[in-house]
Amino acid sequence: MTVVSTTTDAAALTLTVVAEFDAAPADVWNVWEDPRKLERWWGPPTYPATFTRHDFVVGGESRYFMTGPSGETPRGWWRIDALDKPTRLEFANGLAGDDGEPVPGVQPAAGYITFEDGGGITRMTVLTRFVDIEQMETMLGMGMQEGMNQAVGQIDALVAPPV
Amino acid sequence: MVVDSLPDETTDRIFQALADKTRRDILVRAVLEEQSVSALARHYEMSFAAVQKHVAVLERATLVTKRRHGREQIVQGNASTLRSAAALLDAYETLWLERVAQIAAVLTEEGDTA
Repeated sequence: MTVVSTTTDAAALTLTVVAEFDAAPADVWNVWEDPRKLERWWGPPTYPATFTRHDFVVGGESRYFMTGPSGETPRGWWRIDALDKPTRLEFANGLAGDDGEPVPGVQPAAGYITFEDGGGITRMTVLTRFVDIEQMETMLGMGMQEGMNQAVGQIDALVAPPV
Repeated sequence: MVVDSLPDETTDRIFQALADKTRRDILVRAVLEEQSVSALARHYEMSFAAVQKHVAVLERATLVTKRRHGREQIVQGNASTLRSAAALLDAYETLWLERVAQIAAVLTEEGDTA
């Protein structure tokens, strides 16, 4: 696996991450489609995700919660806006309340994912577009920060492997 | 990570200000180098007044500051407002790098058992 690039645009509130995997597009697509695989990577290690619903079709919705170290369970939802297996996926990802349903008034972030076949390698591009700073803060407040911080060293090692 | 919380009203203004492509472009120019409204206006096929209006929206959102210099109005990007957005994007960047690493682990395990 190689992280090709990451680009942030503070004015447009977008984040683009490009990564390559030693796998076919169908296999990389599958880690998004199969909820049991999806929940192994969507949440940070200390906040594993559980998808209670994952309707992976255009217009379909998902519901998930994460379990934090102190037993807290922040919740979220997805809505699939476009889907072209195994090359393109667009989805909205928002904050859910204790009842698991979308919190009214909190806008979702938009995710645009493409999968390109490089012959034994798949290049995955993830573009996330946020609505505003408040939304970004609210969604980060789902308790993911601790888990992210722990993984930084591990990721650095992956991004810049020892010579 | 420390991010200064912004009042809701300010956040709304920032969002509205950034929703427009011309305003984002003006903001980028003003952040890179402070310059007069007339210098900014030269980059766009619109009236000076229209550009001035865009600058006013950015100013209300605290994304730029404006000061007078002789007969010119100098526009300067406000780094601290942009920094709040940048710090949040950095946090999401870290999250996605971690997700990518976990996807690789799922795919590797799959390859091993296949």
